[in-house]
Amino acid sequence: MVETLVQNIVFGLLLGALYGLAAVGLSLVFGVTKFLNVAHGELLMLGGYVSFWLFNLYHVDPFVSLPLAALALVVVGIVLYSLLFSRTVKMDEEQKVQTTMLIGFGVSLILQNLAQRLWTADDRSITTAYSRMSWTLFDIRFPIVRVVSMVVALLLVIALQQFLQRSYFGKAIRATVEDWEEATIIGIDTHRVYLVAFVIGAAFAGVAGALVSVGYSIVPSMGLEWTLVCLVVMTLGGLGSIIGTFVGGLILGVAQALTAFAVGGAYRQVVGLLLFLVVLAVRPQGLFGVKEG
Amino acid sequence: MLNVEHINVGYKDLQVLWDVSFQVNQGELVALIGPNGAGKTTTLKAIMGLRRPWSGTIYFEGQNLCKVPAHKTAELGIAMVPEGGRVFTGLTVLENLELGAFAPHARKHMAQTLEEMYQLFPRLEERKFQRAGTLSGGERQMLAIARALMSRPKLLMLDEPSFGLAPLLVDRIFAKIKEINQAGMTILLVEQNVRAALELAHRSYVIQNGRIVGMGTSEELLSFEFVRSAYLG
Repeated sequence: MVETLVQNIVFGLLLGALYGLAAVGLSLVFGVTKFLNVAHGELLMLGGYVSFWLFNLYHVDPFVSLPLAALALVVVGIVLYSLLFSRTVKMDEEQKVQTTMLIGFGVSLILQNLAQRLWTADDRSITTAYSRMSWTLFDIRFPIVRVVSMVVALLLVIALQQFLQRSYFGKAIRATVEDWEEATIIGIDTHRVYLVAFVIGAAFAGVAGALVSVGYSIVPSMGLEWTLVCLVVMTLGGLGSIIGTFVGGLILGVAQALTAFAVGGAYRQVVGLLLFLVVLAVRPQGLFGVKEG
Repeated sequence: MLNVEHINVGYKDLQVLWDVSFQVNQGELVALIGPNGAGKTTTLKAIMGLRRPWSGTIYFEGQNLCKVPAHKTAELGIAMVPEGGRVFTGLTVLENLELGAFAPHARKHMAQTLEEMYQLFPRLEERKFQRAGTLSGGERQMLAIARALMSRPKLLMLDEPSFGLAPLLVDRIFAKIKEINQAGMTILLVEQNVRAALELAHRSYVIQNGRIVGMGTSEELLSFEFVRSAYLG
């Protein structure tokens, strides 16, 4: 009984790391550009398929192809930003959120249907030679693929956090978030800052999707669920805290696992929305976010 | 050095500046004085490229600024200190200064300029690892000025550096501005505090309701009846 409980918590943490990775991407984009990209889940789905096809057609190991999945989404990100999202840059914040949400819905429908057309609605997943292997510690299983995925996710999140804190361009991003006009005055091209943030967000979604395709499974319609997960985690963690958002992902993963354990798998989605409402009511700035003003 | 020629500027359907012309020569300290809402800040924003004129042109060293993207203005050698010592409050003092040197030509000399700034404002060195949001009003204003100077500008524009500061601090900030000008920096100073600005400037323009209504040396402007009555009491 206790072992099953702990096992569920472990699985929750492992999945939660991917929630965290995906949500950090969305949170960065929203924090910097105020674009609410509801097609984030579809970007994740695309990353999953990049990885899946590279493995299936060319036998590229999914962990080796991670940079390619990221790169593919960088390209998709640049195209989406230049063609669509860049047009909303000059709007005020509220109008921007609304417009980008509409754009996002459109993009998500297109990508989802396109993926269904091209690759059918089947569930897919990558099965490598090491897919079934796991480490066992005190009778608790740690599937290797998922553990490595968690490490990758954690490393990427820390790398992003360090990039924003320490690098010169990272500082320019933080400055732009605070006051774009002041940033322009000192010579920062805010358009480029927005593009970079958007593209990093897309790349994070791509990597998360690729990891999902190895440890779990992917399907063209998975996007909406993942976008919802990201929104919940973003709210949970609070804006402006990269590590906080990642921890929010872990919390949601565990909460889902515990719900499934206690009351059955059918309720695992509900707990996220419940958490969402509770956090909004009790601590709207998120668990680790900073209160505005 | 800077030639503003007949610019009309506005927001949507509200015109703010009407046929504004003035010039700033190399090495000068020129003040643009006028009451709140006269269009002083809008003038600076037009020069920075943040607000495009409906008509008219702005030349800086012979180059038409109206065709330069806003973020390239700093690269040409124009720096602006925003009103009220606006700095990046979530970043440290040092990070603010580093970002001031964002323009490529300035970034190469960052370490050296930073040293110069610490000499000019020793207070900033003491507080370099502090978040700018924790600074006092006077310190923020100094940081804002130092951050602008980090870009090694040819022209420094200051928007109401006296804003919200106690008289003693205003004197100290203005003394620094004078010092910076005497070291060779061309300065365009926008002020509501007319007495302080006139004492400092070589030449001043008076702006009211979006129009330039007077120009001259401080003594000449004191003979303007309305300058005396409106600002000096």
